[in-house]
Amino acid sequence: MSSYKVIGTRPVRHDGADKVTGRAIYGADFQINGLLEGFVLRSPHAHARIKRIDTSKAEAYPGVKAVVTARDFPQVEDRIVDLGEGDTPLSYVTGNLLAAGKVLYRGHAVAAVAALNAHIAEEAAQLIEVEYEPLPCVLTAPEAMADGAPQLHEGKPNMTHHIQHRLGDAAAGFAQADIIVEREFDTATVHQGYIEPHNATVLWNNDGRVHVWCSTQGSFVVRDVTACVLSLPVQKVRVTPLEIGGGFGGKIPVYLEPVAALLSRKSGRPVKLVMSRRDCFEATGPTPGSRIKVKMGATREGKFVAAEAWMAYEAGAYPGAMIGPGTMCVFASYDIANIAIDGYDVVVNKPSTAAYRAPGATNAAFATESVVDEIAQQLALDPLELRLRNAAREGTRRADGPKYRSIGCTEVLEAMKASPHYQSKLEGPNRGRGVSLGFWFNAGLPSSCTISVNADGSVSLVEGSTDIGGSRTSLAMQAAEVLGIPAERVNPNVVDTDSIGYTGVTGGSRTTFATGWAAHDAAQDVIAQMKTRAAKLLGVDAATHEDGLFSGGGKTLTFADVAAQLGETGGPVIGRATVNPKGVGGSFAGNIADVEVDPETGKTTVLRFTVVQDAGRAIHPSYVEGQMQGGSAQGIGWALNEEYFMNAQGAMMNTSLLDYRMPTALDLPMIETIIVEVPNPAHPFGVRGVGEANIVPPPAALANAIHGATGVRLRALPMSPPAIMRARWDAEEAAG
Amino acid sequence: MRRRRRGRLAQVYLPTQLQPLADGRATVEVEAATLAELLAKLAGSYPELGTRLLDEQGKLRSHLAIAVDGEIAAAGLREELSGNPEIHFVMAIKGGIN
Repeated sequence: MSSYKVIGTRPVRHDGADKVTGRAIYGADFQINGLLEGFVLRSPHAHARIKRIDTSKAEAYPGVKAVVTARDFPQVEDRIVDLGEGDTPLSYVTGNLLAAGKVLYRGHAVAAVAALNAHIAEEAAQLIEVEYEPLPCVLTAPEAMADGAPQLHEGKPNMTHHIQHRLGDAAAGFAQADIIVEREFDTATVHQGYIEPHNATVLWNNDGRVHVWCSTQGSFVVRDVTACVLSLPVQKVRVTPLEIGGGFGGKIPVYLEPVAALLSRKSGRPVKLVMSRRDCFEATGPTPGSRIKVKMGATREGKFVAAEAWMAYEAGAYPGAMIGPGTMCVFASYDIANIAIDGYDVVVNKPSTAAYRAPGATNAAFATESVVDEIAQQLALDPLELRLRNAAREGTRRADGPKYRSIGCTEVLEAMKASPHYQSKLEGPNRGRGVSLGFWFNAGLPSSCTISVNADGSVSLVEGSTDIGGSRTSLAMQAAEVLGIPAERVNPNVVDTDSIGYTGVTGGSRTTFATGWAAHDAAQDVIAQMKTRAAKLLGVDAATHEDGLFSGGGKTLTFADVAAQLGETGGPVIGRATVNPKGVGGSFAGNIADVEVDPETGKTTVLRFTVVQDAGRAIHPSYVEGQMQGGSAQGIGWALNEEYFMNAQGAMMNTSLLDYRMPTALDLPMIETIIVEVPNPAHPFGVRGVGEANIVPPPAALANAIHGATGVRLRALPMSPPAIMRARWDAEEAAG
Repeated sequence: MRRRRRGRLAQVYLPTQLQPLADGRATVEVEAATLAELLAKLAGSYPELGTRLLDEQGKLRSHLAIAVDGEIAAAGLREELSGNPEIHFVMAIKGGIN
C-alpha cells in the first residue's frame, strides 16, 4: 500500500472554478487598451506562384491601420535554425507564416490586415489583389514520390528524408517463418480538433519590446520563434501564455504571433489575430496521412521471427513529418530479432503537419496491430496470448538500437487479459471484439519551478508549463507531498517567459514527469531551508522533517508554525529547481473494443471500449483516467470518421466541425479505464507520463473488431460507413 | 600531479545509412570519457561520418540525439561516460513529442 498522503488522491483542480464559471481568460477574450483586430488573407490555391500582391486598396480602406506581407519580415540571408523542432531553414519558418514567391497549400497565409475591428479587417483583406499562377498539386505521399510529380520546393525532391533501421537479418528471419503476413495500409490526414482556435495578441512597444499573449503549448518556443524571424534578441520578446483550450501537439508550432507583431509595429497599437475553425483546418498542422506496408513472419508456435515496414508519411508543405518516431514505434511493442524499416518524409500540397499525441505512432500501430491480429487468427491463437509471447520487456532491443529499461508492456497485456471486459462474452449478430497495443516514448526536456512560502503556511508555486491537462494540480500535488501539506495549500501559477526559467513545451507527456520533478526538487529546497528555520525556533542544532512536522529537542512544529515566523528567522523562503531530466519512462497502452456494424449502412457502433495504460505512478488518478479517455475518444474518431476530405484541386471540403465528424459524447460508450502502475524507477514518484500512448491503439483495435463483426479487414482510415460498405461489397463480389 | 581520467570503452552503434561511411561497420569501439571526445575520435577516424553527425560548429546535428545505454544524453556532448556504455544515434523527437 502506498505511503503517500497526497500522490494518488483526487483533489479538486486548482483552475476548476475559473473554467466552469467562465472566468478563465482565453486568448479570444483578452482585451487591452487600443486593441486592433486583424484578418489573415489566405491562398485559394493549393499550389501557385505569387506573381504580384497589391495592398494599396486595402491600406486606403477606412478603419484600416496596417497591412503586411512577407516583404515586411526582416530581409536576412537564409540560414539553418533550430527553434525546438530540429534544423529548419529560416525561409521555411517565415514562408509558412506569410508566403513568399509560392503558396504551397490552400489556406497558406499571404497577407494580413489590422483594423478597428475584425469585420473591417476582413473586408479590407478582400481588396488585396494577389495575382497567382496556379500550378499542379500533389496531395498524397505516393503521388508526390512518383516520377514527374510536381515539385513543391524547386530543385529539391518531394521525398525529403529517408530513414532506415536494421536489426539482425530480416531475410534470414523470414526464412525461419512458418507464416508470413504482408499488407498495405493507408491513413487519412486528421486534425487534433482542439476546441479553442489559435490566437495571438501582440504589442510592439515604442521602446522595441514585444509582448505576446497567446494560446500555446510552449511559451518559450513562441518567444524564440518570434525573436528569430523578427531578428530581435530574445530579451526583447516576452510571452504570456493564456489559458489553452486544447492543443494535443497542434499548439506547438507558431502561426500568428510574428504576423501580429508586424501589424503592431506598423500600426503602433496592440493587434489581436484569432483563427476561424476553417483557418485551423486549412492552415495549421494536422497529423500526416500515410501509406504503410508491413510484413511480419512468425513460427507455428507464435513467435515473431522477422518484420519489415515501408512507411511514407505526408509532411505537408515543408519537410518534417513524424516519420522518425513512426519508424521507431512501428515494431516497438515486440521483441523481434530481425527487423528492416524504411521510412520516407514526403512533402505534399497540404498544410505543414504538426504533432498530434504520440505523433507518427498511431499510423504505425494501425498497420502492425492489424497484421498481428491476422497472424493470431491464422495460428488460431488468442490475440492477447500472441502479443504476450512476443511482448517487449526490459532489455529488449528496439529496431532503432537502444534496449528498453523498465517498461510495463507485459503488465498492460496481463491487465487487459484479466479485465472484466475481456473476460466477458460478446454475443449477438454483426458484433466483433478487437484488441490492440501501442507505445509512446514520452520526453524529458528542461523545466523550472520556484516555490515561495507564505506566512499562513500556504505556498505559491510558479512554473512555465502551460496547463492543457490539469498539470497545475499534478505539479502542486508533487510539491505538497514533499512539503507535507495538502494540495489545496499550494497555489500553482503558469507565468510569462520573463518570470520563470526556461521550460520546454507541454508535450511528450513530459509535464507531470519533468516539471513535476522540478516541483519535487523545489519543494525539497524549501524543506531544507525550513529545517534551518525550525531548528532556530526549536533551539536545536538541526531539525528533522517527517510526516509534515519539523522536530527537534522533543518538540514539533507544523509547516504553518514555521512559515508564520519566517520574518524572525531570516526572511522569506523561496525554493527553486531546474531540471533536464534523464530517466524518461515510455508508456504502453492497450484497448479492448466491442463493436456492432449495421449490415445495411456500414455504421459502426462502439458498444464497449476499455483502455489500459501504464502510468508509472498515477499522481492524480482522475486526470490519468481523463487522459486515457480523451486519447481513446480521439483515436476512435481517427479510426471511424475523421479525414481531410480533399477535392482534386487540393481544397478541403469539410472545413467545419459539422462536416469534419469528430465523435461526441453521444457517439461513445463510457470508456472504461484500467491504470497499470509500473513505477518509473528514475523519477522521484515513479511518473512516466500518460498523455499520448492512449491514442495509439484505438484504430487497430476497432479494425480488428470490425473484422470480427463483418469478416472484412479494413486497411484504410477512416473506416467510415461508405468504406465499410465498399469493402463488404468487394468481398462479396470476390467470393462470387 | 593531476591524475589523468581514464577513458571508457564504448560500443558505438552506427545508423544503418551511415555505416558505408565507416567502412561498412555496424559498430565501432571508441575509448572516451565524454561524448564530445567520442565524437571527436569517430570524426577523426571517419571524417565523412563526422560531418554527418556534427555541424560546422562541432555541435551534434539537431535532428539527432545520442542514447547512452538506452538513455537520451540530456547533457549532450558534455555527457560523461562510465562503464562500457552502448551508444546509439537516434532521431531526436521534439515538439509533439513528443
